[in-house]
Amino acid sequence: MNDQLKRNHRSLASRLWLFAGGSFAFGFALVPLYDVLCDVTGYGNRSRLVEAAEVVEAPDENRSITVEFVSTAPTYGNWEFRPAVGSMQVQPGKLYEAHFEARNLRSQPIVAQAVPSITPFQATRYFQKTECFCFTPQAFAAEESRQFTVRFIVDPKLPANIDRVTLGYAMYDAKQGSG
Amino acid sequence: MLKISRYVAAAAAACLPTGAALAAWELNMPVGVTELSREIHGLHMLILGVCAVIAVVVFSVMIYSIVKFRRSKGAVPATWDHSTKVEVVWTVIPIAILVGMAIPAAETLIKIEDMRDSELTVKVTAYQWQWHYDYLDKGVSFFSRLARDSDDARRLNSGIDPRTVDNYLLEVDNRLVVPVDTKVRLLLTSNDVIHAWWVPQFGLKKDAYPGFVNEMWFRAEEPGVYRGQCAELCGYDHGFMPVVVEVKTKEEFEAWLQAQQQANGAAESEVAAVDSQTENAAVATVARAE
Amino acid sequence: MSTVDTHAGHSDTHHHDHHGPEKGWRRWLLATNHKDIGTMYLLFSLTMFFVGGLMALVIRAELFQPGLQLVNPQFFNSMTTMHALVMIFGAVMPAFVGLANWMIPLQIGAPDMALPRMNNFSFWILPFSFTLLLSTLFVEGGAPASGWTLYPPLSLQTGNAFPLSIFAIHLMGASSIMGAINVIVTIMNMRAPGMTLLKMPLFAWTWLITAYLLIAVMPVLAGAVTMLLTDHYFGTSFFSAAGGGDPVMYQHIFWFFGHPEVYIMILPAFGVISEIIPTFARKRLFGYDAMVYATASIAFLSFIVWAHHMFTVGMPLAGQMFFMLATMLIAVPTGVKVFNWTATIYKGSLSFEPPMLFALAFVFLFTIGGFSGLMLAIVPADFQYHDTYFVVAHFHYVLVPGAVFALMAGVYYWLPKWTGHMYNMTLAKWHFWLSAIFVNVLFFPQHFLGLAGMPRRIPDYNTQFADWNMISSIGAFGFGLSQLLFAVVIFQAIRGGAKATDKVWDSAAPHGLEWTLSSPPPYHSFEVAPEVK
Ligand SMILES: [Cu+2]
Repeated sequence: MNDQLKRNHRSLASRLWLFAGGSFAFGFALVPLYDVLCDVTGYGNRSRLVEAAEVVEAPDENRSITVEFVSTAPTYGNWEFRPAVGSMQVQPGKLYEAHFEARNLRSQPIVAQAVPSITPFQATRYFQKTECFCFTPQAFAAEESRQFTVRFIVDPKLPANIDRVTLGYAMYDAKQGSG
Repeated sequence: MLKISRYVAAAAAACLPTGAALAAWELNMPVGVTELSREIHGLHMLILGVCAVIAVVVFSVMIYSIVKFRRSKGAVPATWDHSTKVEVVWTVIPIAILVGMAIPAAETLIKIEDMRDSELTVKVTAYQWQWHYDYLDKGVSFFSRLARDSDDARRLNSGIDPRTVDNYLLEVDNRLVVPVDTKVRLLLTSNDVIHAWWVPQFGLKKDAYPGFVNEMWFRAEEPGVYRGQCAELCGYDHGFMPVVVEVKTKEEFEAWLQAQQQANGAAESEVAAVDSQTENAAVATVARAE
Repeated sequence: MSTVDTHAGHSDTHHHDHHGPEKGWRRWLLATNHKDIGTMYLLFSLTMFFVGGLMALVIRAELFQPGLQLVNPQFFNSMTTMHALVMIFGAVMPAFVGLANWMIPLQIGAPDMALPRMNNFSFWILPFSFTLLLSTLFVEGGAPASGWTLYPPLSLQTGNAFPLSIFAIHLMGASSIMGAINVIVTIMNMRAPGMTLLKMPLFAWTWLITAYLLIAVMPVLAGAVTMLLTDHYFGTSFFSAAGGGDPVMYQHIFWFFGHPEVYIMILPAFGVISEIIPTFARKRLFGYDAMVYATASIAFLSFIVWAHHMFTVGMPLAGQMFFMLATMLIAVPTGVKVFNWTATIYKGSLSFEPPMLFALAFVFLFTIGGFSGLMLAIVPADFQYHDTYFVVAHFHYVLVPGAVFALMAGVYYWLPKWTGHMYNMTLAKWHFWLSAIFVNVLFFPQHFLGLAGMPRRIPDYNTQFADWNMISSIGAFGFGLSQLLFAVVIFQAIRGGAKATDKVWDSAAPHGLEWTLSSPPPYHSFEVAPEVK
C-alpha cells in the first residue's frame, strides 16, 4: 500500500470518526432539541410550566372552559395528595386560583416535589400560571399537611377545539441532593 | 371511498366467525362497538384491500415469469434493462394510491383527537400490575386486577386447565362500568412504568406514563362486556393485567354509581386494605429492582 | 450496471511467491486478511443465529398452549429481550458485515479492506460483547427483561444485568461503527481503476449507504443507553418524570436510531438479492440507476419516520399526520425495488438453484412484510395493531424471510467461491423448501393473533388464541430444526466437494469482479488492480 493511499485512508477514516462523534453528541443534543421541538409544535414544553407568567387579565365572556385537576402520588402509600375541587368552569383571560392538599403519611420528615402535566399537551402553552408549586422541593415534617395554591389564566387564544384542560400533579419524593 | 370499504368490511365480517371470546381461529380485527372502531376497521379493510390488489398484480407477474421464462423450457433472455416510462408509472401510481389512503385516515384521526363534549371523565392510573379507576367528581374509585380464578390458573404448573376458567386472563375483580351512548373521556397516567390501556372493541389504545396525563375517548353503542389487555410491556406480570369494561344502559349506570357512592362510606376501610395491598406489590417490585 | 472487462482479473493468480495465511490460532486471532475476518464474522453470526433461535424456541414452547408450563414470566421476558438483541446485533448485522468483508474488496477490485487492523479489532470486540450480554442470564435478577428497546422506567428496574448489558451494547455499537468506517474508506478509496460509483455492484452500493446509516445512528443509540445508565446510577433525570425528565423522550431518541437500524438490516439484503436475481434470470438487473436512487431515498426517509413506532404515546395531531405520510412515502422506493426485481425476471431465462430460490422467496415474503408495514403506517389502524402480534408478524416477515433469507441466498451464492467446492444442492434445496414452508406456518398466523387482539410480549394468553399459537409454535420448531441443514451444507462445503469453477454458476450474466478470480480466490487477491471499462 503506498503512502498516498494510506494518507487518504487516514484522512477519510478520521473524518468518519468525527462524524460518529458528532452523531454521539447529536444523541445528547436531542434532549434540548426535544424541548424546542415540543415548543414549536405546541406539544407543550414543560419548562414553561415552571415559569411564572406575567399575564394581563382580558376575560373572554363568551367562552367557558372546564379545568380539571388530578393528582397522583407515585411513592406508594406515603402521600395523601388531592385537589380541593375536582374541576371548575373558567373564562379564558381571567385569573383563577385552585388548591391541592398534600399530607405526608410517614412518621419522618421528607422533601418532595410536585411535577405538573397539562392535558391535552397542546394546551400547555395556553395555560399560564402566575403562581405554582411545581418542581420546587417542599420540605414536609412528619405527618404534616399542607395546602398548595396554583393561580392560573387560560389564554383566550386557546384553540377552539379544546373545551377542557386537565392540570395534573404527581407528587414525588425529591431525589437526594438534587433540586 | 370509505363507504365502499365499509361494504367490503361488512361482507368480510359476515363471512368470518365473530362470536366474541369463543371465536377460535379468529382471523380479523373486530368491527367493534364504537363509531371510531368501525371507521378504524373500515380503514383496515381498505388498506388490506389495496395491498391485496397490488399483491395479486405483482405476484401474478412474478408467478407467470417463474412458470413461463424457464431456462429448462428454452427461454431466451431479453436484453433490455430499463424503461423510463414504466419506471415513472410505477413510481407515480403508488404515490396516488397513498394520497388516496391518507385522506380517509386523516379524517378518522381528526375525530379520534377531538376530545370535546365529553360527558364522563374517568382517570385511569396504571400500576404494576393492575388498573385504578377514578370517576372524577363522582367520589367513586377502585382498583381492578386479574380475577382470582385466572390468577390461580396462570401460576407456573398450576395444574388448572385454562380452558376450564371463564374468560381466562380476560376477567377482573372490579370492572370499569360506563354508560352506553356516552362520550367517556379517559385520563391515563401511571404510577410506575409505562402501560397501555386497550380494548379492541373500542378501536383504540393509548399509553399511560408516569408523571404525564394522556387522554382518549370512546362512546360505546351497545351494552355489554368488552375485554382487552395492557399493551405495553410493563414487567413481570405484563401479561396478567386485563382491562374489562362493562357498558350499561344509562339508567343501570346511574343506579350502579349511586350504589357505589353509598357503599363508599362503608367501604373506606376496604379501600385502605386494597391500598396496602398495592403497597406490598410495590415493595415486591422494589425488592426485585434491587 | 457495469460491464466488467476481465482481462486483468487473472493477473493475480500467478504471483504467490509471497506469504499465504499464517498457521494455527495466529491466523485467526491476529487476522488482518479480509477473507479470514469475513469468515470469522459469518461463523460468529451463524453461532448467534442458533443461540437466538434457541431463545425463540423457548418462547414458542411456552406459547405452545395456554397456561404457564415451562418458564416464569420474568424469564420469558428475558427471552424475548435477549432473542431480539442476539438476533439483531449478533446474527443479522455481523452476517452482513461478514459478507461485506468477503465480497466488497472482491467486487470493487481491491486487495483488502482499507483498514485491516481496525477490521480485526471490530470483529474481536464481538465475542467479548456477546459473552458479556449472555452472561447476564446468570447474574442476580436475571437477564434484561424490558424488551430490546429498553424503555425506561421499566428498564431501570433491571437488576445487576443492567450495566453489563449496556456495556455490551456499547461494544456492539463500537464494532459496527468500525466496520462501517472500514466499508466506506474501502469503497471510496480502493475501487479499481474505471470502477466508478455507478458501475459498482449493488451489494457494494447498498453497503455504502448502510455504512453511512450506521455511523449516523449507532452513536445515537450509544447516547440513549448512556443516558439510561446515568439516570440509573448517577442521579440524572433525562427520562424520569420525577426529576423533570420525560420517558417519551427516550422513545424518540431510541427510534431515531431504531428506524434507520431497520434499514441497516434490510438494505444490504436488497443488495444481495439484486446480485442474485440477474445471475439466475440471465438478464441484466432492471433499472440499476433507479435501484441506487431508491436505496438512497429509503435511507434518507428512514431518518424522518421514527415516530411511527410510537403513535400511541399521545402526539399532536400534526405530528401523527406527518409521520404517517412520511412512512407511507417509504412504500414508493421500496415498491420500485420490488417492481424492478419482477421486471428483471420477466422475459429472463430462469433456473432455480438454491440462491435463486431464496431470492425469489425473499421477494414474495418481504413484500408481504412491506404490505403489513404500509398498514401499520395508517395511524388510526395502528392504534389497533400497535404492540400486538400483528407487529410481531410484520417485522419477522421483514427480518426472517427478508434479511435472513437474503443472507442465506448470499451464502449459497458465494459459498462455492469462498470454499472452492460446490455444496450439496439437494440438501440445500431441502433446506430451502422446509424453511420457506415453516417460516410461513410460523409467522403468518401471528397476523391473525394480533388482529384478534393478542398483545405481544405476553407469556400466556386467553384460550381464544390457542389454536393459532399452537400452529405458530409448530412452525417455529420446524423452521428451527430445518436450519440444522444449513449448518450441515456449509460445513460439508468447507470440508470438500466437487470443484467449483471460477464463474461457479452456469450463467452468462454473473456480474462483478469476484467471478474473474479462481474459486477459492487466492489469499491475496487483486494485488494488481484489475481494470474496469
Ligand atoms: Cu401494564
